[in-house]
Amino acid sequence: MAHAEPVTPPQLSAPPRRSGRRSSVRSWRRSDQLIWLLAWLAGTGLCVAVAAIVTFLAAKGISDLNPTLLVTRPSVSLDQSHSGGFLDPLIGTLTMAVIGTLIATPIAVLSAFWVVEYGRPRWLAGIVETSIEMVAGTPDIVFAIFGLALFQLGFFAPLSFRASGGGVYGRSFIAAGIMMSLLALPLTYTATRNGLRATPRQLREASVALGKTRIATIRRVLLPNVRSDIATGATLGMGRIIGSTAIVVLLLGATLQNNSQGNVPLLGFLRGTGSTLTSYIFENSPSGEGNAPQKAYAAAFVLLLLVLALNGLVARISRVGAAGAVNAGRLSL
Amino acid sequence: MSINQLTIDRPAEQMAPPATSTALRAIGPQTGPERMRLRDISVFYDGVPAVRQASLSIHQGEVLALIGPSGCGKTTLLRTLNRLTELTPNASHSGQITLDGDDIHELDDTRLRTRVSMVFQQPNPFPMSVFDNVAFALREQARRRPRRRELEPLVTHALQRAGLYEEVRDNLDRPALRLSGGQQQRLCIARAIATDPEILLMDEPCSALDPRSTAVIEQLILQLRSELAIVIVTHNLQQARRVADRVAFMYLGDLVELGTADQLFEAPREERTREYIAGAFG
Repeated sequence: MAHAEPVTPPQLSAPPRRSGRRSSVRSWRRSDQLIWLLAWLAGTGLCVAVAAIVTFLAAKGISDLNPTLLVTRPSVSLDQSHSGGFLDPLIGTLTMAVIGTLIATPIAVLSAFWVVEYGRPRWLAGIVETSIEMVAGTPDIVFAIFGLALFQLGFFAPLSFRASGGGVYGRSFIAAGIMMSLLALPLTYTATRNGLRATPRQLREASVALGKTRIATIRRVLLPNVRSDIATGATLGMGRIIGSTAIVVLLLGATLQNNSQGNVPLLGFLRGTGSTLTSYIFENSPSGEGNAPQKAYAAAFVLLLLVLALNGLVARISRVGAAGAVNAGRLSL
Repeated sequence: MSINQLTIDRPAEQMAPPATSTALRAIGPQTGPERMRLRDISVFYDGVPAVRQASLSIHQGEVLALIGPSGCGKTTLLRTLNRLTELTPNASHSGQITLDGDDIHELDDTRLRTRVSMVFQQPNPFPMSVFDNVAFALREQARRRPRRRELEPLVTHALQRAGLYEEVRDNLDRPALRLSGGQQQRLCIARAIATDPEILLMDEPCSALDPRSTAVIEQLILQLRSELAIVIVTHNLQQARRVADRVAFMYLGDLVELGTADQLFEAPREERTREYIAGAFG
């Protein structure tokens, strides 16, 4: 009887290969190579364009940016060294973002919940979806001109700035903020709706099977589950608001300084006119009345930083949402 | 012939041979009174029957397993017991289901679901803490939102009954989704039994779990059996044999045979049951 050879266990000292040999691009067909090249050029070209804008603005902005500009109010002067900073436009930008987001977020979230969770009658849900798509595609100058016509009506006079003779200008932070909210609304709506659609049916069923009503399920289970989506949408909406110029020029007045209407502290400010960084950049650019390009570059750089910060915030919210309980639940189900 | 003398109530032409006395003996001493009764239940999706004229009774203190190949209607039948099929817009049904003598369609649906609660195939804890997952079931019961201090004993008791308390007692505020799959499923069981239901429905509760977690859940099912009636849908014939007192075999929407686990697996009356158990199809 032959002795069996002792079996040597396989050596596992070498780490397993992560991937096998891949085909070389040179071996591809010409058409595939061309598409690969075009895709590569498109991707890198986009990066070059963005890098150019950021580098240019950073180079210009940093040399012109002086920290005192951030805390100095703008003033009238033909000399750039005496025309102050952009504290008022900075406050105006933040105020616009807050008002617009505060108005847009609840409306967008409630609409998304209604469409996804109820959506009856279907034709009405279809109209809501179409309306929001139309709002998303409407240029902000159209909202601005409509808002101007609306807020010049006597009925809305208490919301906006009035001339000394009693004329209604229809311009104020409130008027501009309301129209600005239309810019943010579709983004928050879409993010919330997509979050709800991605929420697994099992989560809803688990709640209903515990004897919960549909509204209790929405409040206690679905709303917490789409919190990160709502936050992402609202932050993207803020970015859209702070980038708008047309509404500021027509509905906020794009004045050099923020002017209160009346003496009531906060309400007076909100009913007054003002400016934002976008209108400030426009006015101080070579094509604007101020013609102070250095200030315009400095303000543009600050605006860019704000937008980048918001984008960073969106990325962070998404990451935290994905890593945390909220999305983990969504993925594991 | 009373319901207790029948292992299955079906129209005369579909009746199985005389009801097995072994089945009744096996369940008789262990089970309590009848809690739920189904009479000629049919369920349709878009008018197409998924379950046809199923009749059976569910008793306190027993585990009833529904077995059968995929698409045979066992999950649909299970979801009919707590009216969860009503969430499916194109579903309709005929027949009658009573819970302690009351037609379940006459009861408030939210109240019914606290009395007939359910555990699903995939562990589906809510994205909240372990405590809140169990408290969720209790919180909405009362009009006034109860304080955590008031809920704590109830939550602890539910977690203990589900055999999870010892593993999570050090931190009840940890996110439920950080628990392992088996722990998540036991949390779902704790959540489902927190309101002291009379019947617990389980839809393939171990199909997403590893063998060790499955063994823990099966042990739990046997422990809970003394407190309530359990209806479990399972693909796993061995599992049905391990945990069930009675087993119902369904095929293409028909409730083919119902008997004690021993009788159904050892001496099935119907040819289709015999073939399914032998692995001829499925």
